[in-house]
Amino acid sequence: MSGVRVLVGTRKGAFVLTADAKRDQWDVSGPHFAGWEIYHVKGSPVDPARLYASQCSGWFGQQIQRSDDGGKTWEAVGNQFSYDGVPGTHQWYDGTPHPWEFARVWHLEPSLDDPETVYAGVEDAALFRSVDGGRQWEELAGLRGHGSGSSWQPGAGGMCLHTILLDPSNPGRMFAAISAAGVFRTDDAGKSWRPVNHGLKSDGIPDPDADVGHCVHRLAMHPSRPEVLYMQKHWDVMRSDDAGESWHEVSGNLPSDFGFPIDVHPHEPDTIYVVPIKSDSEHYPPDGRLRVYRSRTGGDEWEALTDGLPQRDCYVNVLRDAMAVDSLDSCGVYFGTTGGQVYASADAGDSWAPIVRDLPAVLSVEVQTLP
Amino acid sequence: MIRVVLPAHLRTLARLDGEVELSVDGEVTQRSVLDALEARYPMLRGTIRDRSSQERRAFVRFFACEQDLSQQPPDAPLPVLVATGAEPFLIVGAMAGG
Repeated sequence: MSGVRVLVGTRKGAFVLTADAKRDQWDVSGPHFAGWEIYHVKGSPVDPARLYASQCSGWFGQQIQRSDDGGKTWEAVGNQFSYDGVPGTHQWYDGTPHPWEFARVWHLEPSLDDPETVYAGVEDAALFRSVDGGRQWEELAGLRGHGSGSSWQPGAGGMCLHTILLDPSNPGRMFAAISAAGVFRTDDAGKSWRPVNHGLKSDGIPDPDADVGHCVHRLAMHPSRPEVLYMQKHWDVMRSDDAGESWHEVSGNLPSDFGFPIDVHPHEPDTIYVVPIKSDSEHYPPDGRLRVYRSRTGGDEWEALTDGLPQRDCYVNVLRDAMAVDSLDSCGVYFGTTGGQVYASADAGDSWAPIVRDLPAVLSVEVQTLP
Repeated sequence: MIRVVLPAHLRTLARLDGEVELSVDGEVTQRSVLDALEARYPMLRGTIRDRSSQERRAFVRFFACEQDLSQQPPDAPLPVLVATGAEPFLIVGAMAGG
């Protein structure tokens, strides 16, 4: 019988939540790596038993963990992330040059066709690749070295490369998003990169429509239509219909267009989800009401999804990597909060229920649809 | 045998309980002890000292015999009581935060 496995990274460990296709009874496993920050856990699309996890600590640094049995057992693999050549500098918060320093892996993106290949987005922003199951890592230095790197600056959470999108129709094309630099695209499998931020406007930078410098929070793509990208920016929900060449705003009737995650329905490329947050200085839902917003028109027209979500006194946040969708019919939508709740909807967002209520602050949520 | 006590997070990572006992070839120093520790538990590489520079990570401290040895040169001999196994070499996560 088919089912789902939800992979949750938190401030104090990882949790694996499993259910059958009805998604109403859940088994909770964890904490794995108890006490460590788990920024991200993600499975290989071609081998669901192969998982990768980013485990880190301000005291003891970075670890990459790998599982070959769906998260029952884990092996520490490679943790050496060395920038290519002389790292140089980027901008610090005060505008002065600051040396590139590795801090942690924010996001792991397994290859679409090879379980041994996985990409890592790191802070300070760079993209690494392993082709041996995470044992050795090599920087794809064309991103940091394409020309604008010295002008990149950290967002409030650090200068992180947090989103990696792989184009299933074009093996050479991928997108990377950096806070606060913007979106970058390669068409030659990571050798060369260029910024693709035309149409973004950000009031917090000296030139609001600069080529580089935008605080992009998250990107999403539907695999059947990879030229269409959706973005939750610091402020503004944006859409591109030409693989990032140009962007236009689709915030429409959202109560706030600030937020972190954005995701796409697995069977409906025009159905997207966001979680509006009040503002950049108040990271919680407007009016204390936790609402997922769904657009069935690819943006602009949004409906609030509230059934089963707290509608008073709720002041949690939902971080950028903390939303995911499964591919069952009807599709499941999942998100985790900084208050430790993981909510699931088995009906595409119409109704919600918590899987767990009291985990540590949730940093990331991914889901695997199992045969 | 050299006795080494790891902080809880590193015991979890290395999947061990209690102290570690190591045999160290040659002089007993921070470097030789950490080399032996990392050879036994490769997953600890990079957690106590930087993988490239081999410098102690900023929030890691080394104590032994009621002394803070964190600032000692890595090739300085450790106290005789550590070298003889009478006292453990303590690797400690610095107290920080609230």
